[in-house]
Amino acid sequence: MSLLEVKNLGISFGGLRAVDDVNLSIEEGQLYGLIGPNGAGKTTVFNLLTGVYQPTTGTIKINGKNIVGKTPSEICQAGIARTFQNIRLFKKMTVLDNVKAAFHNEVQYNLATSFFRLPNYFKLEKEMDEKAMEILKVFDLDGEANYLANNLPYGKQRKLEIARALATNPKLLLLDEPAAGMNPNETAELMDTIRLVRDRYHITILLIEHDMKLVTGICEKILVLNFGTELASGTPEVVLNNPEVITAYLGE
Amino acid sequence: MKKDKKVTNNNSIFTLKNLIYLICVIAGYFVLTYLAEGDLLSRQSKSLIIPMGINIILAVSLSLTVGFLGELSLGHAGFMAIGGYTGALITLHMNLPKGIEFTIALIAGGIMAAIFGFLIGLPVLRLKGDYLAIVTLAFGEIIRSVLTSLKFTGGAQGLTKIPRYSNYTWVYIVMVLTVVLISNFVKSRHGRAIISVRENYIAAESIGIKVSKYKVMAFVIAAFFAGVAGVFYGHNLSILKPGDFDYNKSIEILVIVVLGGMGNIKGSIIAAVALTILPEMLRSVDEFRTLLYAVVLIAAMLFRSSGFKTKLEESGKLPKFMKSNKNNAK
Repeated sequence: MSLLEVKNLGISFGGLRAVDDVNLSIEEGQLYGLIGPNGAGKTTVFNLLTGVYQPTTGTIKINGKNIVGKTPSEICQAGIARTFQNIRLFKKMTVLDNVKAAFHNEVQYNLATSFFRLPNYFKLEKEMDEKAMEILKVFDLDGEANYLANNLPYGKQRKLEIARALATNPKLLLLDEPAAGMNPNETAELMDTIRLVRDRYHITILLIEHDMKLVTGICEKILVLNFGTELASGTPEVVLNNPEVITAYLGE
Repeated sequence: MKKDKKVTNNNSIFTLKNLIYLICVIAGYFVLTYLAEGDLLSRQSKSLIIPMGINIILAVSLSLTVGFLGELSLGHAGFMAIGGYTGALITLHMNLPKGIEFTIALIAGGIMAAIFGFLIGLPVLRLKGDYLAIVTLAFGEIIRSVLTSLKFTGGAQGLTKIPRYSNYTWVYIVMVLTVVLISNFVKSRHGRAIISVRENYIAAESIGIKVSKYKVMAFVIAAFFAGVAGVFYGHNLSILKPGDFDYNKSIEILVIVVLGGMGNIKGSIIAAVALTILPEMLRSVDEFRTLLYAVVLIAAMLFRSSGFKTKLEESGKLPKFMKSNKNNAK
């Protein structure tokens, strides 16, 4: 059984059919790419998968469990985490606190412990600190742990968003244009990090990206969207040589 | 570059910093006793001690909603009124020893206000920003007019002959407790959730934080402490009138929070002390009081939203121990 099973997914905004009849099946451990021209509905698919929008038609199953109709926070607990195209960090919180905030459901203690700093508070906060530092180390952010997220350079902010998403302990990680605004060196580094993350945390990754070098470099399968519908899907070689994909997106 | 590898020191309650705080709190009490009992201050100045403590409780609690949750609440005086009336009705109608009666009044006042905080929190969930501010403003006014029209709250005359239970010891203890509890809270798992909602609620939701739950939680906790402050207020003046709790009072508390710096508890405390003393000093020129508030607000805005502590920090005039440990790399 695949980890993520999407069938006939569609959403209409008034008369506009933003996403129509999209099918997607992602196996565990796969690195899946979602590409297409601007306005094709890629981010809308992400928003549907994470419960920001409710689909008009179709089903979304993770591990066989239907998640349509659930709130974003419930879907996060079901195992889907995401990053955003326009970075959405908690800017006035420290890098460390950004990650610790994401442990919200992983490490829990009650209100009384919060107010009175009962022994559990110190124990669990320490545990969180250690776990957070471990994740930050993977992204080479451990040196900036006490900086405000706002003060990180752009590339590191992107990384921190991935780190924060990872802290929720997801099965499926959705990356919305992780390499946007990065230079070729940063992109190459990011590719390594994405692979490392997949292998180390045994997670599945679905990513939207316009940088074809990144997509062909790491994605095992690709789905191409155009005007909200599937244009093609399959392995990178097949998809990128598809004449329709070339006319609609890649160009001659 | 990598000079700050130390993670926040959260290992124990027995740290040097906490010891220093404890010493400050005890020393503060002795100073207060000296001021309140000694001959240094005039009677009029002494009468400011309790309102100062009350304002600190109010400001620190409001800073939870305005500063940490990031939602403008203009109905804080409403919660204070509910607490004040609940507490006063209890002490007026109960015949228990003073200490027990007053403790019950404080807790009941807080709880009653918290219940209303919950009720107002529910519809408010669908609103944000300006819209929410208007609703909280309306809520405060509704409380005031209901109190004016009810029989058992004494109508427009309000309640009189409330025993004067508030003294500086009580207020000081509860004030310290409020500051400690709220400071603990904002540095906890729940506090982080509330701050993350302020910073970006879409991202907060995406990492599994139930935004609505934490919004209501912030409102309820803030209302609880406002209610407690209201109980002190009534038992200090010995009379409670609905007119005391109009939106001017809410704005007064808001000004303290804004001046102290959004989400800055220490700043709120300093601002509460300063703004309790200032208007009293200007009592002789009563018509200028509001003018002064306006001037202070404008000055505060010029000092930027983070308040005067940050400004002092930047200019290097703030003593080292008061500096925040956040490393602001440029």
